[in-house]
Amino acid sequence: MPKHVVATVEEIPPGGRKVVEIAGRSIGVFNLGGDYFALRNRCPHQGGPLCLGKQSGFIHSPLPGEYEYSRQGEILKCPWHSWEFDIRTGQSWFDPARVRVRQYDVTVAPAQALLDREAPAPGLEPGPYVAETYPVTVEQQYIVIDLPG
Amino acid sequence: MTATATDRLAQIVAQGVIDADLNVVVPSSADLFPYLPEYWREQINQTGFKGPGESSYPASAETSARPEAKPDGGPAGSSLALLQQQALDPWGTEIGILTCAYAVEAIHNPDAAVAMASAVNDWLIAEWLDKEPRLRASIVVPSQQPELAAREIDRVGGHPGFVQVYLPVRAEAPYGNRRYLPLLDAAVRNDLVVGIGFGGSPPNPPTPSGWPSYYMEEWAGMASIFQSQLMNLIFEGVFDRFPALRVTLIESGFTWLPSLLWRWNKEWKGLRPQTPWVRRLPSEYVHEHVRLTTQPWDAPPVEAQFLQIIDQLGSDELLLFSTDYPHWQYDTPEEALPPAGLPDALIAKIMRDNARTFYRL
Repeated sequence: MPKHVVATVEEIPPGGRKVVEIAGRSIGVFNLGGDYFALRNRCPHQGGPLCLGKQSGFIHSPLPGEYEYSRQGEILKCPWHSWEFDIRTGQSWFDPARVRVRQYDVTVAPAQALLDREAPAPGLEPGPYVAETYPVTVEQQYIVIDLPG
Repeated sequence: MTATATDRLAQIVAQGVIDADLNVVVPSSADLFPYLPEYWREQINQTGFKGPGESSYPASAETSARPEAKPDGGPAGSSLALLQQQALDPWGTEIGILTCAYAVEAIHNPDAAVAMASAVNDWLIAEWLDKEPRLRASIVVPSQQPELAAREIDRVGGHPGFVQVYLPVRAEAPYGNRRYLPLLDAAVRNDLVVGIGFGGSPPNPPTPSGWPSYYMEEWAGMASIFQSQLMNLIFEGVFDRFPALRVTLIESGFTWLPSLLWRWNKEWKGLRPQTPWVRRLPSEYVHEHVRLTTQPWDAPPVEAQFLQIIDQLGSDELLLFSTDYPHWQYDTPEEALPPAGLPDALIAKIMRDNARTFYRL
Protein backbone atom coordinates (compact mmCIF):
# COMPACT_ATOMS: atom_id res chain seq x y z
CA MET A 1 0.00 0.00 0.00
CA PRO A 2 1.93 3.04 -1.21
CA LYS A 3 2.21 5.98 1.09
CA HIS A 4 2.23 9.56 -0.10
CA VAL A 5 3.52 12.60 1.72
CA VAL A 6 0.96 15.36 1.32
CA ALA A 7 1.70 18.18 3.76
CA THR A 8 3.55 19.33 6.79
CA VAL A 9 1.58 19.26 10.00
CA GLU A 10 1.85 23.06 10.17
CA GLU A 11 0.00 23.34 6.89
CA ILE A 12 -3.14 21.70 8.25
CA PRO A 13 -3.72 23.01 11.77
CA PRO A 14 -6.73 21.83 13.82
CA GLY A 15 -9.88 22.78 11.86
CA GLY A 16 -7.85 23.12 8.66
CA ARG A 17 -7.87 21.16 5.46
CA LYS A 18 -5.87 20.67 2.32
CA VAL A 19 -6.98 19.16 -0.96
CA VAL A 20 -4.20 17.25 -2.71
CA GLU A 21 -3.80 15.33 -5.94
CA ILE A 22 -2.40 11.83 -5.56
CA ALA A 23 -2.10 9.36 -8.41
CA GLY A 24 -4.82 11.14 -10.32
CA ARG A 25 -7.15 11.26 -7.36
CA SER A 26 -8.26 14.41 -5.59
CA ILE A 27 -8.23 13.85 -1.83
CA GLY A 28 -9.10 16.17 1.06
CA VAL A 29 -7.03 15.97 4.24
CA PHE A 30 -8.69 17.31 7.39
CA ASN A 31 -7.36 17.99 10.87
CA LEU A 32 -10.00 17.44 13.57
CA GLY A 33 -8.47 18.39 16.89
CA GLY A 34 -5.10 16.92 16.01
CA ASP A 35 -6.44 13.80 14.30
CA TYR A 36 -6.03 13.62 10.53
CA PHE A 37 -8.58 12.20 8.12
CA ALA A 38 -8.48 11.89 4.36
CA LEU A 39 -11.54 11.62 2.14
CA ARG A 40 -11.96 11.25 -1.58
CA ASN A 41 -12.89 14.64 -2.99
CA ARG A 42 -15.82 13.13 -4.81
CA CYS A 43 -19.31 12.94 -3.42
CA PRO A 44 -20.81 9.45 -3.82
CA HIS A 45 -24.08 11.12 -4.78
CA GLN A 46 -23.21 12.82 -8.08
CA GLY A 47 -19.48 13.32 -7.97
CA GLY A 48 -19.40 16.85 -6.55
CA PRO A 49 -16.18 18.23 -5.01
CA LEU A 50 -17.12 17.13 -1.53
CA CYS A 51 -13.93 18.30 0.16
CA LEU A 52 -14.55 21.90 -0.87
CA GLY A 53 -17.80 21.96 1.12
CA LYS A 54 -18.60 23.69 4.36
CA GLN A 55 -17.72 22.04 7.66
CA SER A 56 -20.50 21.89 10.18
CA GLY A 57 -21.37 20.13 13.38
CA PHE A 58 -23.82 17.33 13.94
CA ILE A 59 -27.33 18.59 14.65
CA HIS A 60 -29.70 16.20 16.29
CA SER A 61 -33.15 16.77 17.74
CA PRO A 62 -35.10 14.64 20.18
CA LEU A 63 -38.22 16.80 19.60
CA PRO A 64 -39.26 19.63 17.28
CA GLY A 65 -37.74 22.87 18.52
CA GLU A 66 -35.00 21.17 20.54
CA TYR A 67 -31.49 21.32 19.10
CA GLU A 68 -28.56 19.19 20.23
CA TYR A 69 -25.47 20.43 18.47
CA SER A 70 -22.19 18.61 18.84
CA ARG A 71 -18.95 17.71 17.05
CA GLN A 72 -18.59 21.14 15.53
CA GLY A 73 -16.56 21.04 12.32
CA GLU A 74 -16.68 17.26 11.99
CA ILE A 75 -19.47 17.08 9.41
CA LEU A 76 -18.70 17.90 5.79
CA LYS A 77 -21.45 19.14 3.48
CA CYS A 78 -21.11 18.61 -0.24
CA PRO A 79 -21.21 22.00 -1.99
CA TRP A 80 -23.55 20.63 -4.66
CA HIS A 81 -26.51 19.20 -2.71
CA SER A 82 -25.49 19.62 0.93
CA TRP A 83 -25.42 15.90 1.70
CA GLU A 84 -23.71 15.49 5.07
CA PHE A 85 -20.72 13.22 5.63
CA ASP A 86 -18.92 12.38 8.83
CA ILE A 87 -15.28 13.33 8.29
CA ARG A 88 -14.18 10.73 10.83
CA THR A 89 -15.87 7.81 9.06
CA GLY A 90 -16.81 8.98 5.58
CA GLN A 91 -20.37 7.92 6.22
CA SER A 92 -23.37 9.94 5.21
CA TRP A 93 -25.88 10.98 7.82
CA PHE A 94 -28.74 9.20 6.12
CA ASP A 95 -28.56 5.63 4.95
CA PRO A 96 -24.98 5.23 6.25
CA ALA A 97 -24.83 1.59 5.23
CA ARG A 98 -25.18 2.44 1.56
CA VAL A 99 -23.84 5.96 1.16
CA ARG A 100 -20.27 6.60 2.21
CA VAL A 101 -17.32 8.40 0.78
CA ARG A 102 -13.96 6.70 0.24
CA GLN A 103 -11.64 7.21 3.17
CA TYR A 104 -7.88 6.76 3.43
CA ASP A 105 -5.55 6.13 6.34
CA VAL A 106 -3.49 9.08 7.42
CA THR A 107 -0.36 8.98 9.55
CA VAL A 108 2.23 11.48 10.70
CA ALA A 109 5.86 10.66 10.16
CA PRO A 110 9.03 12.50 11.12
CA ALA A 111 11.03 14.07 8.33
CA GLN A 112 14.02 11.86 8.78
CA ALA A 113 12.04 8.73 8.02
CA LEU A 114 10.91 10.24 4.76
CA LEU A 115 14.24 11.61 3.62
CA ASP A 116 16.30 8.50 3.36
CA ARG A 117 15.68 7.98 -0.32
CA GLU A 118 18.02 5.03 -0.46
CA ALA A 119 16.17 3.11 2.27
CA PRO A 120 12.74 4.62 2.74
CA ALA A 121 10.53 3.60 5.59
CA PRO A 122 8.41 0.57 4.72
CA GLY A 123 5.59 1.48 2.33
CA LEU A 124 6.64 5.09 1.99
CA GLU A 125 6.85 6.63 -1.43
CA PRO A 126 8.80 9.87 -1.23
CA GLY A 127 6.89 12.58 -3.03
CA PRO A 128 7.98 15.82 -4.62
CA TYR A 129 6.78 17.82 -1.70
CA VAL A 130 9.49 16.49 0.51
CA ALA A 131 12.18 17.79 -1.76
CA GLU A 132 10.70 21.23 -1.78
CA THR A 133 10.83 21.59 1.93
CA TYR A 134 13.90 19.59 2.58
CA PRO A 135 16.39 22.35 3.17
CA VAL A 136 14.44 24.05 5.92
CA THR A 137 12.06 21.54 7.35
CA VAL A 138 14.23 18.67 8.30
CA GLU A 139 12.88 18.73 11.86
CA GLN A 140 9.28 18.78 10.78
CA GLN A 141 6.56 16.19 10.97
CA TYR A 142 4.84 15.24 7.72
CA ILE A 143 1.33 14.04 6.95
CA VAL A 144 1.24 10.80 5.00
CA ILE A 145 -1.67 9.10 3.25
CA ASP A 146 -1.93 5.39 2.66
CA LEU A 147 -3.30 5.01 -0.82
CA PRO A 148 -4.43 1.51 -1.72
CA GLY A 149 -2.76 0.42 -4.92
CA MET B 1 -74.46 -0.58 -16.51
CA THR B 2 -72.99 -3.84 -17.72
CA ALA B 3 -73.70 -7.17 -16.13
CA THR B 4 -70.00 -7.46 -15.38
CA ALA B 5 -69.93 -4.23 -13.41
CA THR B 6 -73.03 -5.25 -11.50
CA ASP B 7 -71.49 -8.62 -10.67
CA ARG B 8 -68.34 -6.93 -9.51
CA LEU B 9 -70.27 -4.62 -7.24
CA ALA B 10 -72.23 -7.54 -5.80
CA GLN B 11 -69.02 -9.42 -5.16
CA ILE B 12 -67.38 -6.47 -3.41
CA VAL B 13 -70.51 -5.73 -1.37
CA ALA B 14 -70.58 -9.35 -0.24
CA GLN B 15 -67.03 -9.04 1.08
CA GLY B 16 -67.83 -5.93 3.11
CA VAL B 17 -67.15 -2.25 2.63
CA ILE B 18 -66.02 0.56 4.89
CA ASP B 19 -66.89 4.01 3.59
CA ALA B 20 -64.36 6.54 4.89
CA ASP B 21 -66.21 9.67 3.78
CA LEU B 22 -69.91 10.31 4.18
CA ASN B 23 -70.95 13.93 4.49
CA VAL B 24 -73.73 15.19 6.71
CA VAL B 25 -75.12 18.69 6.72
CA VAL B 26 -76.86 20.53 9.56
CA PRO B 27 -80.23 21.50 8.04
CA SER B 28 -80.48 24.83 9.87
CA SER B 29 -79.31 26.47 13.06
CA ALA B 30 -82.78 25.78 14.48
CA ASP B 31 -81.95 22.07 14.36
CA LEU B 32 -79.17 22.75 16.81
CA PHE B 33 -81.39 24.52 19.35
CA PRO B 34 -81.95 21.39 21.47
CA TYR B 35 -78.18 21.23 21.91
CA LEU B 36 -77.47 24.92 22.54
CA PRO B 37 -77.53 26.74 25.90
CA GLU B 38 -80.38 29.21 26.36
CA TYR B 39 -78.06 32.21 25.94
CA TRP B 40 -76.94 31.14 22.47
CA ARG B 41 -80.47 30.22 21.37
CA GLU B 42 -81.55 33.74 22.28
CA GLN B 43 -78.56 35.27 20.52
CA ILE B 44 -79.37 33.35 17.36
CA ASN B 45 -83.05 34.27 17.52
CA GLN B 46 -82.47 37.93 18.24
CA THR B 47 -79.64 38.49 15.76
CA GLY B 48 -81.02 36.33 12.98
CA PHE B 49 -77.70 34.44 12.78
CA LYS B 50 -78.18 31.60 10.34
CA GLY B 51 -75.08 29.69 11.31
CA PRO B 52 -71.87 29.45 9.33
CA GLY B 53 -73.28 26.84 6.97
CA GLU B 54 -71.08 24.92 4.60
CA SER B 55 -69.81 27.32 1.98
CA SER B 56 -67.20 24.92 0.59
CA TYR B 57 -69.95 23.02 -1.20
CA PRO B 58 -72.34 25.58 -2.70
CA ALA B 59 -75.80 24.05 -2.35
CA SER B 60 -76.64 24.23 -6.04
CA ALA B 61 -73.25 23.58 -7.61
CA GLU B 62 -73.41 20.50 -9.84
CA THR B 63 -70.61 18.84 -7.90
CA SER B 64 -72.14 19.42 -4.47
CA ALA B 65 -74.94 16.91 -4.44
CA ARG B 66 -76.71 14.37 -6.59
CA PRO B 67 -80.28 15.62 -7.10
CA GLU B 68 -81.94 12.61 -5.51
CA ALA B 69 -79.96 13.21 -2.31
CA LYS B 70 -81.93 16.34 -1.44
CA PRO B 71 -84.72 15.59 1.02
CA ASP B 72 -87.91 17.62 1.07
CA GLY B 73 -87.25 20.86 2.86
CA GLY B 74 -83.58 20.29 3.58
CA PRO B 75 -80.13 20.29 2.02
CA ALA B 76 -78.51 17.17 0.61
CA GLY B 77 -76.81 15.20 3.33
CA SER B 78 -79.27 16.18 6.04
CA SER B 79 -81.45 13.06 5.94
CA LEU B 80 -80.43 9.86 7.70
CA ALA B 81 -83.08 7.90 5.78
CA LEU B 82 -81.67 8.98 2.42
CA LEU B 83 -78.12 8.30 3.53
CA GLN B 84 -79.15 4.81 4.56
CA GLN B 85 -80.98 4.18 1.27
CA GLN B 86 -78.47 5.80 -1.05
CA ALA B 87 -75.08 5.32 0.57
CA LEU B 88 -75.13 2.56 3.18
CA ASP B 89 -77.49 -0.03 1.68
CA PRO B 90 -76.30 -0.12 -1.96
CA TRP B 91 -72.77 -0.81 -0.82
CA GLY B 92 -73.67 -3.09 2.02
CA THR B 93 -71.55 -0.72 4.06
CA GLU B 94 -70.46 -2.23 7.35
CA ILE B 95 -69.19 1.04 8.73
CA GLY B 96 -69.41 4.57 7.36
CA ILE B 97 -67.49 7.51 8.76
CA LEU B 98 -69.38 10.81 8.84
CA THR B 99 -67.81 14.19 8.41
CA CYS B 100 -69.68 17.41 8.96
CA ALA B 101 -68.05 20.47 7.44
CA TYR B 102 -70.04 22.87 9.59
CA ALA B 103 -67.74 25.89 9.29
CA VAL B 104 -67.30 26.91 12.91
CA GLU B 105 -63.83 28.12 11.91
CA ALA B 106 -65.62 31.09 10.31
CA ILE B 107 -67.23 32.23 13.58
CA HIS B 108 -65.08 34.98 15.06
CA ASN B 109 -66.61 34.96 18.53
CA PRO B 110 -64.65 32.11 20.14
CA ASP B 111 -67.37 31.26 22.65
CA ALA B 112 -70.00 31.16 19.94
CA ALA B 113 -67.71 28.96 17.87
CA VAL B 114 -67.34 26.52 20.78
CA ALA B 115 -71.07 26.54 21.49
CA MET B 116 -71.94 25.81 17.86
CA ALA B 117 -69.29 23.09 17.57
CA SER B 118 -70.53 21.44 20.75
CA ALA B 119 -74.10 21.62 19.52
CA VAL B 120 -73.17 19.98 16.22
CA ASN B 121 -71.35 17.19 18.02
CA ASP B 122 -74.28 16.52 20.34
CA TRP B 123 -76.60 16.64 17.30
CA LEU B 124 -74.35 14.10 15.54
CA ILE B 125 -74.59 11.79 18.54
CA ALA B 126 -78.36 12.10 18.95
CA GLU B 127 -79.49 12.28 15.33
CA TRP B 128 -76.99 10.01 13.62
CA LEU B 129 -74.79 7.85 15.86
CA ASP B 130 -77.54 6.84 18.28
CA LYS B 131 -79.91 6.00 15.41
CA GLU B 132 -77.62 4.09 13.05
CA PRO B 133 -75.08 1.61 14.44
CA ARG B 134 -73.22 1.42 11.13
CA LEU B 135 -72.12 5.02 11.51
CA ARG B 136 -69.07 6.59 13.10
CA ALA B 137 -68.44 10.33 13.11
CA SER B 138 -65.87 13.11 13.19
CA ILE B 139 -65.77 15.72 15.93
CA VAL B 140 -66.41 19.31 14.81
CA VAL B 141 -64.01 21.71 16.53
CA PRO B 142 -63.30 25.44 16.52
CA SER B 143 -59.91 24.87 14.91
CA GLN B 144 -59.10 28.60 14.98
CA GLN B 145 -58.99 28.29 18.79
CA PRO B 146 -56.81 25.22 19.36
CA GLU B 147 -57.06 25.26 23.17
CA LEU B 148 -60.85 25.41 22.99
CA ALA B 149 -60.84 22.77 20.29
CA ALA B 150 -58.84 20.51 22.59
CA ARG B 151 -61.44 20.96 25.33
CA GLU B 152 -64.22 19.99 22.94
CA ILE B 153 -62.25 16.92 21.85
CA ASP B 154 -61.85 15.91 25.50
CA ARG B 155 -65.57 16.54 26.11
CA VAL B 156 -66.87 14.15 23.46
CA GLY B 157 -63.80 12.15 22.44
CA GLY B 158 -64.69 9.27 24.75
CA HIS B 159 -67.92 8.57 22.87
CA PRO B 160 -67.37 5.31 21.00
CA GLY B 161 -69.02 6.71 17.88
CA PHE B 162 -66.37 9.37 17.36
CA VAL B 163 -63.30 8.05 15.56
CA GLN B 164 -61.91 11.26 14.12
CA VAL B 165 -61.43 14.99 14.62
CA TYR B 166 -62.41 16.96 11.53
CA LEU B 167 -60.24 19.86 10.34
CA PRO B 168 -60.93 21.79 7.14
CA VAL B 169 -57.90 21.75 4.86
CA ARG B 170 -58.14 25.52 4.42
CA ALA B 171 -56.91 27.09 7.64
CA GLU B 172 -55.44 30.23 9.13
CA ALA B 173 -52.10 28.45 9.37
CA PRO B 174 -50.93 24.99 8.38
CA TYR B 175 -51.74 22.42 11.04
CA GLY B 176 -48.14 21.59 11.84
CA ASN B 177 -47.76 25.12 13.21
CA ARG B 178 -47.06 24.94 16.93
CA ARG B 179 -50.22 26.89 17.72
CA TYR B 180 -52.14 23.69 16.95
CA LEU B 181 -50.21 21.48 19.37
CA PRO B 182 -53.02 21.44 21.98
CA LEU B 183 -55.50 20.30 19.34
CA LEU B 184 -53.28 17.55 17.96
CA ASP B 185 -52.33 16.47 21.47
CA ALA B 186 -56.02 16.11 22.35
CA ALA B 187 -56.67 14.01 19.25
CA VAL B 188 -53.81 11.67 20.12
CA ARG B 189 -54.80 11.60 23.81
CA ASN B 190 -58.30 10.50 22.80
CA ASP B 191 -56.98 7.99 20.27
CA LEU B 192 -58.69 9.76 17.36
CA VAL B 193 -57.64 10.14 13.75
CA VAL B 194 -57.24 13.70 12.51
CA GLY B 195 -59.28 13.98 9.31
CA ILE B 196 -58.30 16.90 7.13
CA GLY B 197 -61.09 17.55 4.65
CA PHE B 198 -61.94 19.54 1.55
CA GLY B 199 -62.73 23.24 1.96
CA GLY B 200 -63.01 25.48 4.98
CA SER B 201 -63.70 29.14 5.61
CA PRO B 202 -60.62 30.76 7.09
CA PRO B 203 -59.94 34.47 6.66
CA ASN B 204 -57.36 33.89 3.92
CA PRO B 205 -57.89 32.90 0.27
CA PRO B 206 -57.64 29.34 -1.06
CA THR B 207 -54.41 29.96 -2.93
CA PRO B 208 -51.28 31.69 -1.61
CA SER B 209 -51.39 34.04 -4.59
CA GLY B 210 -54.90 35.24 -3.92
CA TRP B 211 -58.48 34.55 -4.83
CA PRO B 212 -59.28 32.59 -8.00
CA SER B 213 -62.27 33.80 -9.98
CA TYR B 214 -64.22 30.58 -10.46
CA TYR B 215 -65.45 27.68 -8.39
CA MET B 216 -63.79 25.29 -10.81
CA GLU B 217 -60.41 26.57 -9.63
CA GLU B 218 -61.25 26.17 -5.98
CA TRP B 219 -62.84 22.76 -6.56
CA ALA B 220 -59.98 21.16 -8.47
CA GLY B 221 -57.25 23.33 -6.95
CA MET B 222 -57.86 22.19 -3.39
CA ALA B 223 -55.26 19.45 -3.91
CA SER B 224 -52.51 22.04 -3.61
CA ILE B 225 -53.68 22.96 -0.11
CA PHE B 226 -53.64 19.31 0.94
CA GLN B 227 -50.08 19.14 -0.37
CA SER B 228 -49.03 22.14 1.69
CA GLN B 229 -50.70 20.78 4.80
CA LEU B 230 -49.09 17.36 4.46
CA MET B 231 -45.65 18.81 3.81
CA ASN B 232 -46.03 21.08 6.81
CA LEU B 233 -47.09 18.26 9.14
CA ILE B 234 -44.02 16.23 8.18
CA PHE B 235 -41.41 18.97 8.39
CA GLU B 236 -42.80 20.64 11.50
CA GLY B 237 -42.17 17.25 13.06
CA VAL B 238 -45.67 16.55 14.37
CA PHE B 239 -45.23 12.85 13.63
CA ASP B 240 -41.96 12.89 15.58
CA ARG B 241 -43.65 14.66 18.47
CA PHE B 242 -46.76 12.44 18.30
CA PRO B 243 -45.68 9.00 17.13
CA ALA B 244 -49.28 7.79 17.51
CA LEU B 245 -50.80 10.56 15.37
CA ARG B 246 -52.88 9.34 12.42
CA VAL B 247 -54.02 11.68 9.67
CA THR B 248 -56.50 11.04 6.87
CA LEU B 249 -56.74 13.38 3.91
CA ILE B 250 -60.40 13.46 2.89
CA GLU B 251 -61.42 14.35 -0.68
CA SER B 252 -57.84 15.27 -1.49
CA GLY B 253 -57.20 13.10 -4.51
CA PHE B 254 -54.07 10.98 -4.33
CA THR B 255 -52.26 10.80 -7.68
CA TRP B 256 -50.32 13.95 -6.81
CA LEU B 257 -48.63 12.26 -3.88
CA PRO B 258 -45.88 10.16 -5.56
CA SER B 259 -44.16 13.15 -7.15
CA LEU B 260 -44.07 14.94 -3.80
CA LEU B 261 -42.70 11.89 -2.02
CA TRP B 262 -39.87 11.74 -4.55
CA ARG B 263 -39.15 15.43 -4.17
CA TRP B 264 -39.32 15.45 -0.38
CA ASN B 265 -37.06 12.40 -0.09
CA LYS B 266 -34.56 14.04 -2.43
CA GLU B 267 -34.49 17.46 -0.79
CA TRP B 268 -34.48 16.17 2.77
CA LYS B 269 -31.03 14.65 2.22
CA GLY B 270 -29.54 18.10 1.84
CA LEU B 271 -31.89 20.26 3.91
CA ARG B 272 -32.16 17.94 6.90
CA PRO B 273 -30.18 20.18 9.29
CA GLN B 274 -33.02 22.75 9.17
CA THR B 275 -35.46 20.22 10.59
CA PRO B 276 -33.27 17.78 12.51
CA TRP B 277 -36.31 16.25 14.25
CA VAL B 278 -37.21 14.68 10.90
CA ARG B 279 -35.05 11.60 11.26
CA ARG B 280 -36.47 9.40 8.53
CA LEU B 281 -37.26 9.74 4.85
CA PRO B 282 -40.41 11.87 4.48
CA SER B 283 -42.12 9.04 2.59
CA GLU B 284 -41.80 6.82 5.64
CA TYR B 285 -43.89 9.24 7.69
CA VAL B 286 -46.59 9.19 5.03
CA HIS B 287 -46.63 5.40 4.90
CA GLU B 288 -46.91 5.11 8.65
CA HIS B 289 -49.17 8.03 9.58
CA VAL B 290 -51.24 9.14 6.58
CA ARG B 291 -54.16 7.77 4.57
CA LEU B 292 -56.24 9.24 1.75
CA THR B 293 -59.84 8.71 0.71
CA THR B 294 -60.57 7.67 -2.86
CA GLN B 295 -63.20 10.23 -3.96
CA PRO B 296 -62.93 12.52 -5.84
CA TRP B 297 -61.19 9.88 -7.90
CA ASP B 298 -58.29 11.51 -9.75
CA ALA B 299 -56.71 8.27 -10.93
CA PRO B 300 -56.87 6.75 -14.39
CA PRO B 301 -59.62 4.20 -14.95
CA VAL B 302 -57.08 1.86 -16.51
CA GLU B 303 -55.94 -0.98 -14.30
CA ALA B 304 -52.29 -0.92 -15.38
CA GLN B 305 -51.93 2.81 -14.75
CA PHE B 306 -53.66 2.56 -11.40
CA LEU B 307 -51.25 -0.20 -10.36
CA GLN B 308 -48.35 2.06 -11.33
CA ILE B 309 -49.68 4.72 -8.98
CA ILE B 310 -49.96 2.24 -6.13
CA ASP B 311 -46.40 1.17 -6.87
CA GLN B 312 -45.23 4.78 -6.92
CA LEU B 313 -46.99 5.50 -3.63
CA GLY B 314 -44.79 2.78 -2.18
CA SER B 315 -47.62 1.20 -0.22
CA ASP B 316 -50.97 -0.44 -0.94
CA GLU B 317 -52.26 0.55 2.48
CA LEU B 318 -52.77 4.27 1.90
CA LEU B 319 -56.09 4.41 0.09
CA LEU B 320 -59.43 4.25 1.86
CA PHE B 321 -62.56 3.65 -0.18
CA SER B 322 -65.10 6.45 0.05
CA THR B 323 -68.32 7.37 -1.71
CA ASP B 324 -68.12 11.03 -0.67
CA TYR B 325 -71.93 10.87 -0.48
CA PRO B 326 -73.88 13.06 -1.28
CA HIS B 327 -71.30 14.92 -3.36
CA TRP B 328 -71.75 14.10 -7.00
CA GLN B 329 -68.54 12.33 -7.96
CA TYR B 330 -70.04 9.52 -10.06
CA ASP B 331 -73.44 8.40 -11.31
CA THR B 332 -73.72 4.75 -10.36
CA PRO B 333 -72.08 2.86 -7.49
CA GLU B 334 -70.12 0.80 -10.01
CA GLU B 335 -68.32 3.93 -11.17
CA ALA B 336 -66.92 4.48 -7.70
CA LEU B 337 -65.16 1.13 -7.70
CA PRO B 338 -61.42 0.82 -8.25
CA PRO B 339 -60.65 -0.33 -11.82
CA ALA B 340 -61.59 -3.87 -12.82
CA GLY B 341 -58.80 -6.40 -12.97
CA LEU B 342 -56.94 -5.38 -9.83
CA PRO B 343 -55.72 -8.16 -7.55
CA ASP B 344 -58.36 -9.27 -5.05
CA ALA B 345 -56.04 -8.56 -2.13
CA LEU B 346 -55.59 -4.96 -3.23
CA ILE B 347 -59.34 -4.49 -3.69
CA ALA B 348 -59.95 -5.83 -0.19
CA LYS B 349 -57.41 -3.43 1.27
CA ILE B 350 -58.86 -0.39 -0.44
CA MET B 351 -62.51 -1.27 0.11
CA ARG B 352 -62.24 -2.31 3.74
CA ASP B 353 -59.06 -3.49 5.40
CA ASN B 354 -56.99 -0.30 5.21
CA ALA B 355 -59.72 1.68 6.98
CA ARG B 356 -60.39 -1.07 9.50
CA THR B 357 -56.73 -1.16 10.48
CA PHE B 358 -56.15 2.59 10.48
CA TYR B 359 -59.33 3.53 12.35
CA ARG B 360 -59.24 0.33 14.47
CA LEU B 361 -62.81 -0.48 13.52
